[in-house]
Amino acid sequence: MPQTQQRYTSQHQLAFSERVKTGLKQWVEVFPFLILGLIGTGVFVIYPLMKGIVMSFQDYSVIPGAENPFVGLANYKKAFSDPAFGYAVRNTILNTVVTVPINWFLGLFFAVLINLQFVKFKITFRTVYYLPIVTSWIVVAFLFKYLFAGGEGGVVNYGLMNLGIIDRPIGWLQNQWTAMVVIWLFHIWKTVGWVLVVYLAALQGIPRHLYEAAAIDGANGIQQFRNVIIPTIKPVTLFVVIQLIMGAFNIFPQVYFLTNGGPMGQTEVLQSMIYKEAFNNFNFGYSSALSVMMGLTIFIVTWSQQKQFGKQRFL
Amino acid sequence: MVKTSLHWQIIIYATIILGAAVFILPFIYMILTTFISSSYSLPRPAEVLSVVPNLDNYIAVWTKEKFSRYFMNSLLVAGVALVFGLFLGALTAYSFVRFEFPGKEFLFRTFLFTMMIPLVLAIVPQFTVINSLGLVNTYLGLWLIYVGGGVVGSTFFLRGFFQSIPKSLEESVLIDGGGNWRIFWNIYLPLSRPALGTLAIFSFAGTWDEYFVALAIIKDEALRTLPIALMMFQGKYASNWGWIFAASIIVILPVMIIYIIFQKKFVQGGINEGSVKG
Repeated sequence: MPQTQQRYTSQHQLAFSERVKTGLKQWVEVFPFLILGLIGTGVFVIYPLMKGIVMSFQDYSVIPGAENPFVGLANYKKAFSDPAFGYAVRNTILNTVVTVPINWFLGLFFAVLINLQFVKFKITFRTVYYLPIVTSWIVVAFLFKYLFAGGEGGVVNYGLMNLGIIDRPIGWLQNQWTAMVVIWLFHIWKTVGWVLVVYLAALQGIPRHLYEAAAIDGANGIQQFRNVIIPTIKPVTLFVVIQLIMGAFNIFPQVYFLTNGGPMGQTEVLQSMIYKEAFNNFNFGYSSALSVMMGLTIFIVTWSQQKQFGKQRFL
Repeated sequence: MVKTSLHWQIIIYATIILGAAVFILPFIYMILTTFISSSYSLPRPAEVLSVVPNLDNYIAVWTKEKFSRYFMNSLLVAGVALVFGLFLGALTAYSFVRFEFPGKEFLFRTFLFTMMIPLVLAIVPQFTVINSLGLVNTYLGLWLIYVGGGVVGSTFFLRGFFQSIPKSLEESVLIDGGGNWRIFWNIYLPLSRPALGTLAIFSFAGTWDEYFVALAIIKDEALRTLPIALMMFQGKYASNWGWIFAASIIVILPVMIIYIIFQKKFVQGGINEGSVKG
């Protein structure tokens, strides 16, 4: 017995040293290709994320040489007594709840319409619907500020008054809930084209013979939609909804450039608060604590999808 | 195929066109506004709709307000970030597709994991890294963050295309005595040109429009990129909408032109423009 065991161990050691040797050789080969990417990601993504977590437990100062005492959970506790944080959480969640279903529905709806066989100028329509996405956030924010300007000169007010829907101009960005509506519209206007393009690509990937088979079976338009289109776009839908949730949860420039959180911080969202706490108020520790909480939430919400994420990125 | 009756066809066309109008009309209204000469109050819709096209505002913004300078700055920042970012992304994707090495799975999962986390979390520590390197207020600092922070995304995007390149193609290079570099240059890069092109456009559009990192790093007025210049400009001339939108058009025009020219060639990727990725 001891003999066999000994032999087994030596064999195992041999295999191990052999493995180290091949491993090292493999690393020598891949090293020149991989090293720059590793350094870049290490220094500018992974290290910052780790450091962010450490900073969230500190009273951090960006001045070189300054002491950064650890304060335990103080930054985290502060958030729960900060009314601004309450608004930010509420508005971030509201933005997700309101815009995700609308974005999803409108994107799918118009994709199905544009994909109909008799519709011409498909690419032109796709281009037009996609235009807001390639437009700078700042410029779209200016545009929305301009269109939703208070007073009779604002185009939206002008239009609504001429149609007799309202009888006096609305100060859209001056009131909490009207400002929120404009932010939601902004978000939808800027992202719905992406949903449309993804669905259009998926729909165009459906083989024609499936439609034809359905037609032979005497399926009408609605039956065709239910039995051919819905099953084929199911996996895409999962991807689209996850991306929409992440996008809506990450709402930031929409608010930062349009209302900057006003009136009185009532339209603030998490990311705009995180950014301003760091770069306007220099509360780096507090800002990091908010980021960690937000990152954790996103991580938990998307947890079940993460294993498939790598595969799903390529449609 | 299911036949659609004429009146349904008309209703469907009307719906699609109505949807398209919601996207295109604001742009048209914006362009019309750029023709209004220095207004110091909100121009009325009737005024905007009856305006005579002219380039006065564009010329004033481009020359007197130095947008030509900011335009060149942005071109330099986005151009350099594009070239290095693409090269680094291709190299890293190539490492993951072509090689086997211990810890590959772990590295891959770590890369994947970072894509889940909102990058705003990283901006402050990224700034402290640049600060400790003494690169605040330099383009080098900005490029390091854009390129270093962008590797993961471009690696994932390119990996899928690299994987579809048949291994048998490598043999011709190996027979000629070429190594891994030759395979990278002569096979992987040329064969994934459409994917590289798509990535190039999104990378360019992303850095061209990047505001938050640039605002943290760049302090000098002369070094400002277009998004920062535009925000400052709007702060200065809040009610001169003719000027603000003339400057805005200058900012969005390059990306729009590139998009419209190349959009037929786009390869589909999971690009979520709805979220903010630095």
